[in-house]
Amino acid sequence: MSLPRLLAGLGVPGATTLASHEAVHGDLPLDRARRSGRLPAAGSLVDEIRLSGLRGRGGAGFPLATKLTSVAAGRGRPIVVVNGCEGEPASEKDRVLLERVPHLVIDGATACARALDAERIFYAIDADNAAARWALESAIAERPDAGRRGSSSSASGVVGIPAGYVSGQETAVVNFINGGRPLPSTTPPMVFERGVSRRPTLVTNAETVAQVGLIARYGAEWFREIGTDQEPGSALVSVSGGVLDPGVLEVELGASVDSLLAGAGGTAGRPRAFLFGGYGGGWVDGSQASGLAISERSLRQAGGMLGPGVVVVLPESACPVTETVLVAGWLERESAGQCGPCVHGLAAIAGALRSIADGRAEPDAMGHLARWSRLVTGRGACGHPDGAARFVTSALRVFAAEFADHAAFGRCPACARIPVLPLPSRLAVAA
Amino acid sequence: MSATVGPSAYWYVTRSTGVVALVLLTVTVVIGVLDVARVGGPTWPRFVVDGIHRTGSLLAVVFLTVHIVTSVLDSFAPISVIDVFVPFTGSYRPIWLGLGALASDLLVAIVLTSLLRRRLGHGAWRATHWLAYASWPIAVIHGYGTGSDVTQAWLEWTNAGCVLVVLAAVLARAAIGWPQARRVRLGAIAAAVAFAAALALWLPGGPLGSHWARRAGTPASLLGRPTASAQIGSMAQTASAGRTASA
Amino acid sequence: MEVRVDPIACKAHGLCAELLPERVSLDEWGYPIIDGRPVPRELEALARRAADVCPTLALALVRRA
Repeated sequence: MSLPRLLAGLGVPGATTLASHEAVHGDLPLDRARRSGRLPAAGSLVDEIRLSGLRGRGGAGFPLATKLTSVAAGRGRPIVVVNGCEGEPASEKDRVLLERVPHLVIDGATACARALDAERIFYAIDADNAAARWALESAIAERPDAGRRGSSSSASGVVGIPAGYVSGQETAVVNFINGGRPLPSTTPPMVFERGVSRRPTLVTNAETVAQVGLIARYGAEWFREIGTDQEPGSALVSVSGGVLDPGVLEVELGASVDSLLAGAGGTAGRPRAFLFGGYGGGWVDGSQASGLAISERSLRQAGGMLGPGVVVVLPESACPVTETVLVAGWLERESAGQCGPCVHGLAAIAGALRSIADGRAEPDAMGHLARWSRLVTGRGACGHPDGAARFVTSALRVFAAEFADHAAFGRCPACARIPVLPLPSRLAVAA
Repeated sequence: MSATVGPSAYWYVTRSTGVVALVLLTVTVVIGVLDVARVGGPTWPRFVVDGIHRTGSLLAVVFLTVHIVTSVLDSFAPISVIDVFVPFTGSYRPIWLGLGALASDLLVAIVLTSLLRRRLGHGAWRATHWLAYASWPIAVIHGYGTGSDVTQAWLEWTNAGCVLVVLAAVLARAAIGWPQARRVRLGAIAAAVAFAAALALWLPGGPLGSHWARRAGTPASLLGRPTASAQIGSMAQTASAGRTASA
Repeated sequence: MEVRVDPIACKAHGLCAELLPERVSLDEWGYPIIDGRPVPRELEALARRAADVCPTLALALVRRA
């Protein structure tokens, strides 16, 4: 089976129903084995996942098998949390999975829960994503043993997490499920030690779980048929900005950036730069992107990252300085406000960027920005300041000429254009 | 030791340690209240200021222990071991002695939780530490209500000084601290002003007025015993021998 | 042993930097910048004291993982 894998169900009418889902993928081998009374050994799925080399697709890229082993080693019956929160404004992939192929996500979550003998599965989604909630809840209700007490399946429920860039961070999701506010907390304890209801908790991205739904059926060997040795399999990438056909694409890891762009209809005009990895990722100059591959390794070498699978193409018509200023200001406001270096550092960074864009910066503003970016990195409870610093640092490097121009002469004609980088309006979801 | 030989050594120790404990607690409270201002610098590092806060409170506990033990040991005033822990149960000035018992109970809670702070966690410790705002004013009122020397000028000035610096500290904190919590700020100002006003209204007709020893609840047997007049006199300066006789 | 700060609990009181300048410096907003190198034995008492006096209990002396 070649691509698409995760999105194979998308071409089928009514893909959200169990019948059409099973028409595409067949039923879970575990279900089949259970019906025939020959259950596979308890650790077999974890072994299969270890052999597959599957890494988390939420941005951190942690090996899933290691996570599963840690959760299994914890004290108490585990909890599984499927993280479908998509705080990254340019990311659409989790939404696509939850809304279009919910049964594949449920398959993977169920398989993980069985492997861990988990008590409960939580599907954490953005609170304002009514479509995902509807799709998931209908799909859960359709499962043969859904929610029945004493059934072999874990009880499951959908939790809407209030919108916010950091509210999808794993400790924030766990805190919210535990009745607290959706804010990150200091680690340790890690959620795999003490998470939901103080139980060992597997928190893993919706795409990662959907990949498990495939590995459980087709096995590790099949999974590794595509991709690179270090980064096997496929990945979902949200491509937006200056492309003719933006959307979520499933690509082989290690595929060229050029093939990704071709899949998105090609670029609209000449790209000035590419943002790889979202607002916690990094910019790569437009001239350097064509030789790159869609893999963590290749993109990091170039100064970007794959992260949660976000690629934004910045056309030459846009003003990179204004785009950076707007995103930096948004990142400052999205700080949970808990850690001093993040609160003060991101405010200082956003302020200095604004002053450069307006041409009223202090002489050493660039030096301050470089220093503050180093200063906030690694000093928050979560990775938010690190990501913001990475984004800003890469912008200052890739757009050095534009920043120098603005510092000297202030606003440019392109500053007034509608921004390419999307920023959510929080007003609509204030409730 | 018999009542005929006048005040016992214990009674003097009780009185003096009480005054020292109040001064130490006042220093502790003022530093604690002003902590929000982050006082400190090259000559007075913050850990030194913090050290005075800690050591001052522990020293106050030491003086307070002597204060309490000697008040029980002293055979003149009938203060039992129970009276110094359980408030408002004794026969000697029950209200004012009771306040002292209450203040020291609270202080013990504050000090114990502070010593176990790391085990309790910051939130629980901080919650109990707010009791300091109750313990200190109760101790002040206890000092006025039971104090034998409150009408002596040096003690009047000491007491007034303690009250004024804590008031000033609380008002200063309300002015600079709690920027987000307007209610806490207004509450702190209101409580400080109310406490000062209550003291100003109560003191002239109360401990600083006449016949306080009798009105405070000193057992009649002590008041009426002429041989003990010298001791009564030192317990409550207003109760001079003549006034005691006329009462 | 090494010192570690809980960035959420820390409220920039700064006592740690006074007591353990060998491992803690302050940024321009008063928050501690931790030097992650191990704390040598002769500094352990000071490090423990720095952790004990932290008004918000944000500093900890922990065994190196």
